[in-house]
Amino acid sequence: MSNKFTDHKGRPIIVVTGMGVVTSLGEGKDANWKALSAGKSGIKKISRFSTEGLRTHIAGTVDFMEPEEISAPAISYSMADSTAGEALEQAGFGTDGFPGPLYFAAPPVELEWQHRFDLLAENTSSEAGYTAVLEAARNNKHERMHELVQLGTIAYTIADKYKTKGLPISMSTACSSGATAIQHGMEAIIRGDTDAALCVASDGSVTAEGLIRFSLLSALTTNPEPTKASRPFSKDRDGFVMSEGSAALVLESLEHATARGANIIGVIKGVGEKADSFHRTRSSPDGMPAITAMKYALADANLSPDEIGYVNAHGTSTPENDRMESNSLAAVFGDRIREIPVSSNKSMIGHTLTAAGAVEAVFSYLTMSENTIPPTINHENPDPDIILDVVPNKSRQAEVDNILSNSFGFGGQNACLVFGRYLA
Amino acid sequence: MTETKREVWITGIGIVSCYGEGAEQHWQALGGDKAPAPIQDSERFPPYTVHPLPEMDWKLQIPRKESRQMENWQRLGTYAAGLALEDAGMKENEEVLSSMDLVVCAGGGERDIDVDNLIMKESRERDDHDILLNERLSTELRPTLFLAQLSNLMAGNISIVHKVTGSSRTYMGEESSGITAIQNGVARIAAGQSTHLLVGGAYNSERLDLLLSVQLGHYLMQNSGAPVGERIKEEGGTLLGSAGAFLILEDAEFAKARGAKPYAKLTGVASDLGPRDEASTTARLNEIMDKLDIQPSDTTAVISGASGCKEVTATEFAVLRKRLGSETAIRAYTSLTGNALEANFPLGIALSALALKNNSFYSKFDVTETDAKATPSKIIVTSLGHYRGEGMAIVEKA
Repeated sequence: MSNKFTDHKGRPIIVVTGMGVVTSLGEGKDANWKALSAGKSGIKKISRFSTEGLRTHIAGTVDFMEPEEISAPAISYSMADSTAGEALEQAGFGTDGFPGPLYFAAPPVELEWQHRFDLLAENTSSEAGYTAVLEAARNNKHERMHELVQLGTIAYTIADKYKTKGLPISMSTACSSGATAIQHGMEAIIRGDTDAALCVASDGSVTAEGLIRFSLLSALTTNPEPTKASRPFSKDRDGFVMSEGSAALVLESLEHATARGANIIGVIKGVGEKADSFHRTRSSPDGMPAITAMKYALADANLSPDEIGYVNAHGTSTPENDRMESNSLAAVFGDRIREIPVSSNKSMIGHTLTAAGAVEAVFSYLTMSENTIPPTINHENPDPDIILDVVPNKSRQAEVDNILSNSFGFGGQNACLVFGRYLA
Repeated sequence: MTETKREVWITGIGIVSCYGEGAEQHWQALGGDKAPAPIQDSERFPPYTVHPLPEMDWKLQIPRKESRQMENWQRLGTYAAGLALEDAGMKENEEVLSSMDLVVCAGGGERDIDVDNLIMKESRERDDHDILLNERLSTELRPTLFLAQLSNLMAGNISIVHKVTGSSRTYMGEESSGITAIQNGVARIAAGQSTHLLVGGAYNSERLDLLLSVQLGHYLMQNSGAPVGERIKEEGGTLLGSAGAFLILEDAEFAKARGAKPYAKLTGVASDLGPRDEASTTARLNEIMDKLDIQPSDTTAVISGASGCKEVTATEFAVLRKRLGSETAIRAYTSLTGNALEANFPLGIALSALALKNNSFYSKFDVTETDAKATPSKIIVTSLGHYRGEGMAIVEKA
């Protein structure tokens, strides 16, 4: 049933032929990998807006792009443009267009305060409030402002620029969105709808309101020291660091990539998904949905737990996620979990939210190609309840052939991916 | 285009609109030879007319404890999803629900208008807007409101309330998200990647923040509640409508095995994106119709989700009439329900399935429409986003 281009189920083997990444560590794979493998943190004091009066003063902001304005849609677009461009260039697709659809993990965008204040300034004759800003909106057409706050715009713009096929697909599964975008690309290729898919995720939503919303949910760390604040799996972890980033991956069927002589970065072997009905922000205490998603992913990849050489953890640094993830990993891998390196990129880049699953996919492939496992930094006080080998503080040389990557999100979202080395 | 390999059946419909709730109620109000009057509210948000929600008793589908965690947008979706599950005979069937895939098309949830107004008011009195935001947002925002705003939390609430836990995907992008949700759902079932799924969305039009986001681009109709066909003879524009629309889609074999009967089958969905000038839009729509093999026939009719924005709606009608004949029955249901953005395309599919199941169609929704020559056996559902993205689906008699 299977040949060199198909997998154990007779489905097309899916490979990655191009990758791009932007995080607070820098723009592009080289800058990111250099910092990540050196255990460097990209978290810093927020300079984008005043944090006076807030409980949180730090974030993994991306301040080196040149967005058309400082807003979530504009920053998210600028990063997505960079990573899509980097990925397509590496994959060898020129300006003629990309032979497949765009799957875009989109940040939740809406009108921001600066826009409301700008509209208000245009109409000083009415009492301040929605009546006044609506009047301002009626008095003058704000075409660009309209575009920026529509949830589909970033994908439309990327699709226009890079000439992807058809209606681009914008999606959100909260903090597992990046993995979901890759999952969509895989499913479309398996269906035979396309030979290639461009999967992009981007999130540049560190605004005062964004930060305050997460803060009100007590989801963010209150640790004031930027580079020390993200402490996944540590005893003294107390929340995640809100961060920005983007990643793009070009997915192709092996057959398509081979036929055009593309350089193959790695294989996407499997995906598993399971929704959780327990709570809006908390995972089922027994970890069943996360465990099920991991098991589905391994089964989809036709791999036993013994064949996984490294786990790129969701590892947000919240007390609850890291405990649940650790227990779930133990349930899936049994005693062997003590021997498998499990690290969290978020210790260095914070939680890139919508982008996380895709950013961590790029880092997983670099982990394989560079034979280096990035560390979990800030691991000074191990949590005795967490038995994982978290690759503490320093990266480790290791040849890894298969990686499990976890993504969990608010709203009961659980998506796990299995990446593999390409052995021609 | 999504080629249908396995037959995709519509086996459950959950609708809430200004006409009430439930599939049967909608057929009774709108179907056959009825000439329903539009239900509109032009008092609350002048100069805008909206199609409002009917009076809702949320607890019929949502436990009070859960309802308190939501605002109306999420309630509406969760409620309509419950109606669809009930209609398909799947409610509280744990085995079916735990393997059911959930596909939602969503925007963002309600902002706290009072807090926004307060901050805007105070911003006139001081220049340190940064500090004002930090002070007010930290103290005035309800923590749960954030969760009521997250796009994927409508799906999250549906999982919590109705225990749908196979998988969960949320698509975004205004009208396009509805097209994507249906197209992806159909593709997965057709290819054997899913056996049964719950797909749909909801839109709450009675919100100043959302009226604003559409008004910014001057897409809203003002001082008029005229139906689509008449509106595009004037300056045109969209009228928003509150609605929730969910469908149960099943692999026909899966449905048969559990003894479920179809409303209709979904045999194709195609979509595209491109520049909105008349020539490009016409070319894309023709390409979509070619992919779906749409040919003139007395038993083919159109259920159009036209936004009412002048140029794009005029182009849509012209292209459809050119392909199908000038006498083709086109029903712009948005004249009655308003444009429910994310939920608009699922709503059109639901109305089409209802007509096919009842061996009937709809009488004219406005005077510019033409009578159907025969009872349709095939309905083309269209949606052209108010500013970008377009798609069509084919719903056929099962």
